[in-house]
Amino acid sequence: MSGDSADVTSQSDVARTAARESDAPTLLGKGVENSPLEHGRAYLQRLRGGEMGALPAIGGLLVLFVIFHFANDLFTTPRNMANLITQAAPLVVLGMALVFVLLLGEIDLSAGVTFGVAMAVFVKYTQPDGLSWPVALLLSLGIGFTIGFVIGFFVARIGVPSFVVTLGLFLGLQGVILMIIGAGGTYRLIPEPIKAIQNSNLAPWEGWALLALVLAILVGVAMWDRVRRSRAGAPNPSIWIPMVKLIAIAAVGVAFVLFLNIDRGGVNRAIQGVPIVVPFVLAIGMVGTYVLDRTRFGRYMYAIGGNREAARRSGVNVTLIKWSAFVICSSLAVVAGLLFVSRVGSADASTGREIVLSGVAAAVVGGVSLFGGRGRLMHAAVGALVIATIENGLGLLGFSAGATLAVSGGVLILAATVDALARRRSGAVT
Amino acid sequence: MNQPIIELKSVTKSFGPVNVLKGIDFTAHEGRVTALVGDNGAGKSTLIKGLAGVQPYDGGEVLFEGEPVHLHHPRDASRHGIEVVYQDLALCDNLDIVQNMFLGREEMATGAFDEGRMEVEAAAALQSLNVRTVSSLRQKVASLSGGQRQTVAIARAVVKQARVVILDEPTAALGVAQTEQVLNLVRRLADNGVAVVIISHNLQDVFQVADDISVLYLGSMTARLRREDTNADDVVGYITGTKSMEAMA
Ligand SMILES: Nc1ncnc2c1ncn2[C@@H]1O[C@H](COP(=O)(O)OP(=O)(O)O)[C@@H](O)[C@H]1O
Ligand SMILES: [Mg+2]
Repeated sequence: MSGDSADVTSQSDVARTAARESDAPTLLGKGVENSPLEHGRAYLQRLRGGEMGALPAIGGLLVLFVIFHFANDLFTTPRNMANLITQAAPLVVLGMALVFVLLLGEIDLSAGVTFGVAMAVFVKYTQPDGLSWPVALLLSLGIGFTIGFVIGFFVARIGVPSFVVTLGLFLGLQGVILMIIGAGGTYRLIPEPIKAIQNSNLAPWEGWALLALVLAILVGVAMWDRVRRSRAGAPNPSIWIPMVKLIAIAAVGVAFVLFLNIDRGGVNRAIQGVPIVVPFVLAIGMVGTYVLDRTRFGRYMYAIGGNREAARRSGVNVTLIKWSAFVICSSLAVVAGLLFVSRVGSADASTGREIVLSGVAAAVVGGVSLFGGRGRLMHAAVGALVIATIENGLGLLGFSAGATLAVSGGVLILAATVDALARRRSGAVT
Repeated sequence: MNQPIIELKSVTKSFGPVNVLKGIDFTAHEGRVTALVGDNGAGKSTLIKGLAGVQPYDGGEVLFEGEPVHLHHPRDASRHGIEVVYQDLALCDNLDIVQNMFLGREEMATGAFDEGRMEVEAAAALQSLNVRTVSSLRQKVASLSGGQRQTVAIARAVVKQARVVILDEPTAALGVAQTEQVLNLVRRLADNGVAVVIISHNLQDVFQVADDISVLYLGSMTARLRREDTNADDVVGYITGTKSMEAMA
């Protein structure tokens, strides 16, 4: 609302308003930020207030790219970039899965072994003379759903801390994987369509079609928003604000598709195109973001993460939403597992054991708060790219897996520190 | 007086062995400000949490416009136009002003939020309260001062055409100027025909804004007075238990 509306105000009211305004802190912009300049200023103010979002992670990612580009000739080749994407994909999805529980200030340490169990079942039962893969896939998703349901029961219904419940499952489910697969056993992944997700590519024109589709959706949603706002009589921000965002996304998208459409195969065989996993991850990210930003369910997740009791008093069914968050997390974790075995090509007793902390790290590095209430799926995706880039780049430089682990751990602690500081900065009480 | 919009008949509430409300009678009228006073622990917050549906009563009767109603869930209260501004500010720091004002009753259009409409209604609610300090509807509540938060909390209560607004110690944490402002909002609400119940420790505030005064003492309603028939000394007497209606009768 703007302050200059001419309504009936008595002299004393005006005086009092002035008095109040003097002891109020400086405010962001005015009303809806209408011009790009105001928008920019409000954004800067939010940054200074500790709401940095994915900015540190994006900066970090750029720095890593520059460093690895100059440190190793192979890093920014089309082949390695495609490799990096498939390497990062399971982590991106796992990170996004974890956002749903992290937003509530909860955690799921069992997300990795959850996909371990589901994939042990999937891979074992899709061996020759086993089940058809769609049936096995449904079964695995059902396992994820069930595990999430059980966690949700203990956490949301009974009130056991999620850290304890999921730590217990982290240990227990490893036992279950062992029982399914047998110690030292390994099953090869057989179904071709599942292998294709991480090992085949879209045709070059399909890559462009995908980009066009994504842009069309983004433009459509932006226009729809503007139409609805003006229908409601609310002021629309300058058209340039969504335009600049869309142009930036389009530019990155074009570069991405162009680069991945370069032939990266050997002399005998052409390999080119956007990996098939990309549309999968995009679809999960876009649907999830829609739910979090534009539906009651999503809004209530943020509300519970911000102030549980306030949410409850506003009529939010806290138990139900918490419960669902764990179901979503575990189910999406199974999808992450599918991408994982698709890439690795097999499942064994350790599948999913190590990855969960990288998933949490991905989300936190990307700007998702461990304290709940703050974070987006996009943050987890960027964070996952950071972690995957560190692994990929250090691997190319010949560092040991140990060094990679140590660096990733350091980055996680750094990110968590930034999170804690940002929280202090935003004036939230501990 | 005409029919009260809210009438409580001998409501009770206990936590385990502790009887916090021991059969309370209480009324609130449209267009009037009813002050609920009493010492710490008298049961004031418990009384209003029952009306809000967040902590239902154990026994007794609640009449809304003369009809018995059951308030077992915040939505039940909301449906009757009963809105509460809590003592411990019930706002989400990580959400913005509009999101907080519409939390739990978002405007939807085709399955997604109608943000524009919520913004317009939020602005109208703030305007109807003559609030001008809040310059951006889209700023996070975390960045607001105590007085501004209280303003948002009150605006939240009126954005949906509330008929009964209950405020639990709305001025306890505020400075002089901000208190004045909040009391003005309270008066304006009542003048618009809303039944207002205000809990306060500050008798000066109470006498400035209230039409009726109800006194709780250790879980019992010891006095229900009209402002013009009483004075601060009497009210202090009821609050501290040195005076009671029965003794006078
Ligand atoms: N959830 C609860 N569990 C147990 N005791 C409670 C609870 N809520 C309030 N009480 C007790 O009920 C009494 C009245 O509390 P309250 O209604 O908050 O008083 P007031 O708001 O008048 O200061 C106090 O003794 C308090 O300790
Ligand atoms: Mg109280």
